[in-house]
Order: sequence, then C-alpha cells, then structure tokens
Amino acid sequence: MKSRHKKLVVILLALAGLAIVAALVLNAFRSNLVFFFSPTEVHAGKAPTDRAFRIGGLVEDGSLKREADGLSVRFVVTDTAKSIPVTYKGILPDLFKEGKGVVAEGRMGSDGLFTATQVLAKHDENYMPPEAAHALEQAAKAQETVVPQ
Amino acid sequence: MIPELGHFALIVALVLALTQAILPLAGAQRGNLTLMAVARPAAQGQFVFVALAFGCLAYAFLSNDFSVENVARNSFSQLPEIYRFTATWGSHEGSMLLWVMILAFWTAAVSVFSRHLPDDMVARVIGVMGLVSAGFLAFILTTSSPFTRLVPAPMDGRDMNPLLQDWGMILHPPMLYMGYVGFAVAFAFAIAALSSGKLDAAWARWSRPWTTVAWAFLSLGIGLGSWWAYRELGWGGWWFWDPTENASFMPWLAGTALIHSLAVTEKRGAFKAWTVLLAIITFSLSLLGTFLVRSGVLSSVHAFATDPARGSFILGFLAVVIGGSLMLYAWRAPKMLTGGAFTWFSREAMLLANNVVLLAALGSVLLGTLYPLFMDAMGMGKISVGPPYFNAVFVPVMAPMLFLVGVGPLARWKEASLPDMFQRLKWALAVAVVTGFLLPLTLKGFNPWATLGFALAIWILLTVLLGFRDRLKHGARLGSLPRAFWGMQLAHLGLAWGVAGITVVANYEMERDVRMNVGEFTELAGYTFTFRGATERPGPNYRAARGTVEVSKDGRRIAVVHPEKRVYNASGMPMTEAAIHPSFFRDIYVALGEPLDDQGQAWAVRVFYKPFINWLWIGALLLVAGGFLAASDRRYRIALRKLAVPSGAVARGA
Repeated sequence: MKSRHKKLVVILLALAGLAIVAALVLNAFRSNLVFFFSPTEVHAGKAPTDRAFRIGGLVEDGSLKREADGLSVRFVVTDTAKSIPVTYKGILPDLFKEGKGVVAEGRMGSDGLFTATQVLAKHDENYMPPEAAHALEQAAKAQETVVPQ
Repeated sequence: MIPELGHFALIVALVLALTQAILPLAGAQRGNLTLMAVARPAAQGQFVFVALAFGCLAYAFLSNDFSVENVARNSFSQLPEIYRFTATWGSHEGSMLLWVMILAFWTAAVSVFSRHLPDDMVARVIGVMGLVSAGFLAFILTTSSPFTRLVPAPMDGRDMNPLLQDWGMILHPPMLYMGYVGFAVAFAFAIAALSSGKLDAAWARWSRPWTTVAWAFLSLGIGLGSWWAYRELGWGGWWFWDPTENASFMPWLAGTALIHSLAVTEKRGAFKAWTVLLAIITFSLSLLGTFLVRSGVLSSVHAFATDPARGSFILGFLAVVIGGSLMLYAWRAPKMLTGGAFTWFSREAMLLANNVVLLAALGSVLLGTLYPLFMDAMGMGKISVGPPYFNAVFVPVMAPMLFLVGVGPLARWKEASLPDMFQRLKWALAVAVVTGFLLPLTLKGFNPWATLGFALAIWILLTVLLGFRDRLKHGARLGSLPRAFWGMQLAHLGLAWGVAGITVVANYEMERDVRMNVGEFTELAGYTFTFRGATERPGPNYRAARGTVEVSKDGRRIAVVHPEKRVYNASGMPMTEAAIHPSFFRDIYVALGEPLDDQGQAWAVRVFYKPFINWLWIGALLLVAGGFLAASDRRYRIALRKLAVPSGAVARGA
C-alpha cells in the first residue's frame, strides 16, 4: 500500500510538472508570436497598435534618408498599393537596398510612422523574403480585383 | 565525360542500395545465409560508387567545368581552390550527394566493424540502411541531379554565396551530416531489433557506441555552425533560434535523450521500448531537419531552391519512413519484456527525468519551429516566433535538467537513498548557491539569470569532481577508470563550461553602433576604439574596403583590427567581414556598417565586447571529446567479441 501511495505521488508530481511546463510554453508562445501585415493591411487598420508586428514589401526607390546622427535612417516600405514610412536606428543589413524586398519588425506609432527594432537581412541577393513576396502578391491581387469595376 | 560518369555511378549505387536492402532483409527473414551475406559487399560497393560520383562532382568544381549547371551556379573561376572544393556541397544537389555519401560511409563502417554481431542482425541493419540510402539516391536522380549539363556552357560561374566562403563552412556541413546520418545507424539497429523480435539488452550495447559517435559529430557540427554564424553574419550573435538551427538542434536534443536512455537499457535492461522509440524519433527528426532545410520551406542561407517536386518527394519519404517505423513499433513493442525494476529515487529515475525534460524542451522547440509553417500552409496568416519565445521557454525547462546532471551520475542504480545523497551533496549545493549569488555581484550587480547560470555551472563542476572522488575512494586509480566514465565526466564538464560561458556572454555582453570619422574614438567596457580610416583592398574574388580600428585599454594599445566590407565580383553581393580580437576571457568584435559620406571618411561601425564567448566553443569541444572518448571504451569491443559476458561484470562503466 505504501509503495503504491508513493508511486501515485510521483505520478501526480510528474503530471503537475508537465502541466506547469505546458502552461509556461503556451503562455510564452502566445505573448511572443509576431504577426505579419502588408502595408495595405496596415492601412486598413488590421495591425495592432499595442504590440510589435512585422511589415514587408519593397523599399521604395529614392526613399532612403539618413538622419543627422548618421545612424538613424528613414525609408518607405511599399507593396505597390500602399506604403508605410519606417524609421530605424542602427546598421542596416548588407543586402538592404532600395527597390529590393525587406521585412521590418517593430511598432506602429500614432503618427503613422513605423519604428523598427529589427530590419531583416536576406542571405542571398536573388532571394525575396517570403513575407515581402506575399505582401506584393496580395497587393497585386487586390489591384486586379479593383480594376474591372 | 566525367560528369556523365558521376551520374552513371549514382545509378549503379542505387541498384546496389536496392540489392543491399532487399536481399539481406529477405535472407534474414527466411534464415538464408547466402542472401544475408550479400549485405556487406553490397554496402561497400555502394560506398565506392557514391564516393566515385562525389569525386566526379568535386572534379567538375575544381576544374571549373561551367558546362555543369551546378558548377555554373555555385562556383566561379576566381574562387580560391579550397572553396571550389567545398562548393561541391555548397548547393542543394551537392549537399544531398554528401548526405548519401556519408550514409554510405556509415553503412560501410557498420559492415566492417560488425564481425562479432550475429549474421541476421548485420543483414537487417545494413538492409534498413540500404532502404534509406535507396530513397535518397532516388531523390537525387529524379529531382536533384548535380550533373545536369548547361547548353551552351556559360563563360564563368555565378560564384558561391559569399557567406559560405569561410572556414566554418568547410567543416560544418560534413560534421553535421556525420551526426544526422549517423543516427541512421541507431535507427537501423532499432528497426532490426524490432523486426527480428530480439529486443534484449545486447541490441542496446551494439547500438550505443555508434549512437554516441553520431551524437558527438552532431554536437561538433552544431558548434561549428554557431561559430560560423558568430564570425560571419556580422552581428555578433551565436544562436538565433532560426528554424534551420532548430532543425539541427531537435535531433540533438532527441539524440542526447537517446544516448542516456541507451545507458539504462544496456545496463539495467529497462526502458527498452522507450529507447527504441527514441531511436526512431531521433532519426525522424534528422530527416525532418533535412526536409525543412533542403526543401525550401524555410528561408535562409540553406534554402537553395524552391522546387515543389523536391519538397513533396522528401515529405513523402518522411511519411513512409516515420509512418512505417512507428507502425512496426506499435506492432512489436507490446511484446517487449520489461526490464529491471527501480524505485522513484534511483539513477534510472533520474535518467528518465532527463529524458522527460529533454523531450519537453524538444517539444517546445518543435512547436515554435513548425507552428508558423503550419499556419502559413493552412493560409491562416504569416507569423513568426522569435528568440524571446525560445529563451522564455528553454531556459526554465533546461535548468532542472542541469541540476539533474549533477545528481544522476552519483545516484545508485535501482535504489538510491535521499538522506545519503543529501549528505554527499550538501556542501556542493551550498557552494554552488553561494557562488551563484556572489559572482554576479563581483561583475555588475545582482542578476537572477546570471545567478542561476553560475550556480548550475558550478554545481555540475563540483559534482563531476565528487564523481571522481567517489570512484577513487572505492579503490580505483585514475588511470584505471573506464573511458566511458571519463567520457561522461568530460562531456558534463563541457556542459558546465558552456553554461558558464553562455551565462556571462548573455548577461554581460555590450554592443554599440556608432558613426565614426577618421581619428574619432568610442569607448565600450573600458576599451577605447579609434577609427583610422578605411582603404580599398582587392581580394581574390572580391573588392574590400578595409577598415583599421585601434583598440586600447588604459592608454595602452592592445590590438589593431581590420574589419572589412566586401563586394563580391561575380554576384555584386556586399558582405560584412567582422574583425575579432580573441582571448580566453573576452572577444573584441568590430564590424563595418556602411560608409556615411561620399569621401569614405565616416563609417557606421559596430563594436562588441563579448566576455567569455570562447568558453562556449571550449565547452562544445569538451562535450564532443567526451562523446568520442566514451564511445571508444574497451568494454564495447570486449563485449562485442564475447557476447556471453554477464552484464554485471561490466556494470561499473558510465
């Protein structure tokens, strides 16, 4: 009887441990998911204002400007339909270029300026980040459906 | 002609792989020794032909044969010779060929080092490996032949991705694959044991050294990958929780669980079914990793091409291998006898807890890696799961395991006594906790994560020492301790070393992005960095702006480093080449951003102070050395020769 009790206690403890781990994991998971929105979706008000998210598209030609401190930059991300101004302080990834695909993670300010904490690098020049490609596709589709009307 | 020869060699290898799979497996089922005897020569022949194919591809790369599409895409006449050779496996096609070659190598190794095993076991193991190999060869031949010609041939190649032109990349893929593919041996042993129905402890003993060696290679491969990322990606990180990293980390976690549960199965005969399942899981995760990285579902330096035919082939293969082996498991596992009994406080129980924790960690990594892919595939929006999730989950989950690393090896098999353990360990525990609190105070003030990390590292260090003391007290001499024990101690010490390094670098590293004109300086962590300008410097296949940065401390110059910003000739791709001044206790890491004015006088410069970062690599190397040492233990060789040795006679090993 005694050993059976002991076994029960051990099993209950193990289950409690697993429950704690599961709760920890799911909680961390929920609070750390970063959603992606295309500029069009952001303009439609679908993006959250209270948490970080990702935007993606092309860096608009001629939009890259350096601030006086030399390290802060501003550029515009566009999906060809809508665009969003972005500010970022830090060193841009090697393959960041006007006219090329980009993904930025950060928060939307109330003034409509997206403050990026991270600008994502690509690893290969010919390669478009899938999120950016997705945003362009969406915008292209949306425009197609608009034109016939 | 040479590339066609390579292609032909692959076809021959496929035929041999099928022979190696079908005949011995049929022979083992019917007890036909002639058919079983086909296994060894077929496996060795397959290796010869795959190696020949690989040699042909390497020759095409070294001789700049740009009429071969793979060479034209991934090499360049100005590329230094060593990188022209490594470019052989720098592409999707080439790396799959490397995968198969390493599998054939492992199979040939099994065929050589298995003289003492029963014939039917050898036949089954080699047969199962032949099946895996045939699947991959068919994959290469149907979807990813590296020997496809280009007509007309281009004048020159498009160059290798500049990020891959680094020492870390020369070694990382072969080592990683030695690990991934090495788990195929453990898998084949598990499947062989399941299909023969002989699920005794002997199976575990045969499989154990192979599994440990594969695990050590995988550790080395992951360590090299991390070292490469740190040096080459230019932002000073060494682990990004990138899905491709996770793809190699998941089999490592499962493999770590496997080598520990194999210990229990071999020594005590317990956990048999569980160990078999773990072997299947580990290899399945290796295949999953290959699928994730090679099919192009993940975007990274590893994703070469997005060809849906490739993705669906590997996915289908994955389904067959995992589904098939799990079905076999479900059918046979209930017939396995349970092994020796043990109580909840014993070494078995500790190792069980180790397995539970490792699998919990594995599950959380799997969730974070696959969930975004799943959401995307379902069309439910694009999301990403970043480092904050993994850090928030992984650290608390692994902390109890690090504690157990200290207790487990000191606990007795079958039944340990809690008061006795407490008596033996109370001083180590007290010292670990106190130093855990004190060390952060000497560095930069109290920090709970640093305390946790230090306490656990010191705890493992002290218990490793206690382990030696225990052995010596019982009359053993240091020189006479078995290598398996030394290996375990070394690996655990490496873990402690790495944990200490991670703790310091994660909590005390410093970084600064700064605009610097010629002659300007910036300070970080007591070091002064003075920018002396950047000059043009041509490289073999690139042009570089080569910066000069003086590093001094307390007015004394300690180093002049040269970070570079390169633009590669063939691709026009820019790349940051960081300059690192290493030492035992810290790295100084300087990277050039971009020029900020037209004259090239002012640059964006990124400087890092990375304390104890090298402890991480040292820890990883100790871990790897421990693995190899443990696998070389004599008792495996003796035990293999004389199968009749009672298990009690060798039970003093790790």
